[in-house]
Amino acid sequence: MLTYTAKRLAMAIPTLLIVITVSFFLMRVAPGGPFDGERQLPPEIENNLRAAYHLDEPLPMQYLRYMGNLLQGDFGPSFKYKDFSVTQLILQGFPVSLELGGLAIGLALIIGLPLGVIAALRRNSTVDYMVMGIALGGIAVPNFVIAPILALVFGVLLAWLPAGGWNGGALPNLVLPVIALAIQQIAYIARMMRASMIETLGSHFIRTARAKGLSERQVIWRHALRPSMLPVISYLGPAIAGIITGSVVIEQIFGLPGIGRYFVQGALNRDYTLVMGTVVFYGVLIVLMNLVVDLLYSALDPQIRYDD
Amino acid sequence: MTSHTSTHDGFEDRHDRPAGNPNPPPEPDPGPGESLGREAWRRLRQNHAAMFSLGLLVVITIACVAGPWLSPWGLADVDWNAFGVPPTLEGMHLLGTDANGRDLLTRTLYGGRVSLSVALVATVVSLVIGVLYGAISGYVGGRTDNLMMRFVDIMYSLPFMFLVILLMVVFGRNIFLIYAAIGAVEWLDMARIVRGQTLALKRREFIEAAHALGVKDSRIITRHLIPNTLGPVIIYVTLTVPKVILLESFLSFLGLGVQEPLTSWGVLISEGTDQMQSAPWMLLVPAVCLALTLFCLNFLGDGLRDALDPRTR
Repeated sequence: MLTYTAKRLAMAIPTLLIVITVSFFLMRVAPGGPFDGERQLPPEIENNLRAAYHLDEPLPMQYLRYMGNLLQGDFGPSFKYKDFSVTQLILQGFPVSLELGGLAIGLALIIGLPLGVIAALRRNSTVDYMVMGIALGGIAVPNFVIAPILALVFGVLLAWLPAGGWNGGALPNLVLPVIALAIQQIAYIARMMRASMIETLGSHFIRTARAKGLSERQVIWRHALRPSMLPVISYLGPAIAGIITGSVVIEQIFGLPGIGRYFVQGALNRDYTLVMGTVVFYGVLIVLMNLVVDLLYSALDPQIRYDD
Repeated sequence: MTSHTSTHDGFEDRHDRPAGNPNPPPEPDPGPGESLGREAWRRLRQNHAAMFSLGLLVVITIACVAGPWLSPWGLADVDWNAFGVPPTLEGMHLLGTDANGRDLLTRTLYGGRVSLSVALVATVVSLVIGVLYGAISGYVGGRTDNLMMRFVDIMYSLPFMFLVILLMVVFGRNIFLIYAAIGAVEWLDMARIVRGQTLALKRREFIEAAHALGVKDSRIITRHLIPNTLGPVIIYVTLTVPKVILLESFLSFLGLGVQEPLTSWGVLISEGTDQMQSAPWMLLVPAVCLALTLFCLNFLGDGLRDALDPRTR
């Protein structure tokens, strides 16, 4: 287990290096410098600015400096939010995004898993068709369509819940964004759980469990559930990546002050350091999450031993 | 589609027959043959949901391609008498106009052209990269294969969405970049699938026969290997198309995709979201088009998988 963890960590390092390197050089070849404002700066001032941000050094030096700063958690200054460093902006936005994403993934599991199990147990019944129909809807209708419709119906027309805003993370403000973010993952998880449950129920050890006279409830809870959940566990990596990507639009639509919003604003304003910092941050997050999911998977599946 | 037997006529028969035996035992009659393509089509036709989806997709495509020519309004034409009107026959605004007085039906059809063209081009880009990469990796094998697949593994864990956005920020938003960027993102699964197929195929006799006849590796890959991986590739293509459409509309929704004067379903949905309370049709029309297309593609993909997957036979 320990060797496996070390191996996976070693695999993650080149991935992160690629993310950082690609974003660094992309930003440096970008047309237009960070100081192209509405006002042309006098050359002396621009030179001073370039020196202050070390932009006058040779490219390899800048690259090494950036890497060194990253290792210390310093993403550099934001070019548009003048008084903030990118690190500050990310740290400001992260709790919001984390709460949103964490709740969404939790909701997706709490609703998706039982739905899949029920559909599998009542295979080819009305319930099954209904669940799978809704799941297909959740996959085909993108979250940036669902979110505004939810906001319109429950926020404006019925006025049950606030249609946007964060309000310090108050529960009513969380409901709609979390649902909008979770729907697609609920659909995927329900579909996956149904398929894998059906496969498990057809296998020999379930037949044995039934043959030795266990009740159906015991067969399902004690024997069928755990192996059926394995594909869902391995899907959690992509699911988390999907939630992170989705949070970018959801934060935009509901006006939540998370990282995703800074990211989009940065992208629209060409705030290079902010965009790059966010990409690197997301990259680290996704790679780490994949690692955690893989380790979880190996811990849950007795057939997998990584100590080779 | 090309079936196995029609591509490699005769090779296997000659190869399998024991040499020097003047009277080979008569082979059991395999029954009337049916090409893989024809059988798949027959099976697909029995799937009503898939056939209905296929029909609807054809209708949507024709409407998007031909519709704008028939419309009295152009993409950016402003009707000064109709700002933000709901669907009406007056002035032929069948689906209403947007806040700037532009005909929504016309704009939706133009947007469909962009969305569908992105789907087509980006999918072809991903197809070409993925199939070639996977076939070469699987065919060459050994250390090369290991290295190439390790590269795919690394690419897999990259936060691609964000790198695409980064590309858009750096190089400005233009549609050719979108084609290329999305295509360059989506080839990974294709490469894995084709590699798996290739590994199984390259041990087969007809490849060996081609080798023995002195056919060059590059030709074996393009003429003998790739045509035989078509089944799974087609299935995967139908799954890639909706993903690509979704990706493009996601970018456009955020304002990072196609730009004025061009429009796409994602742009229209984003505009509709802004006007949602006063003009809900502005959101509903493009949203329904997008959702309908994605629905159909999903149904069609499922149908094709059932029709082409030998295991479900």
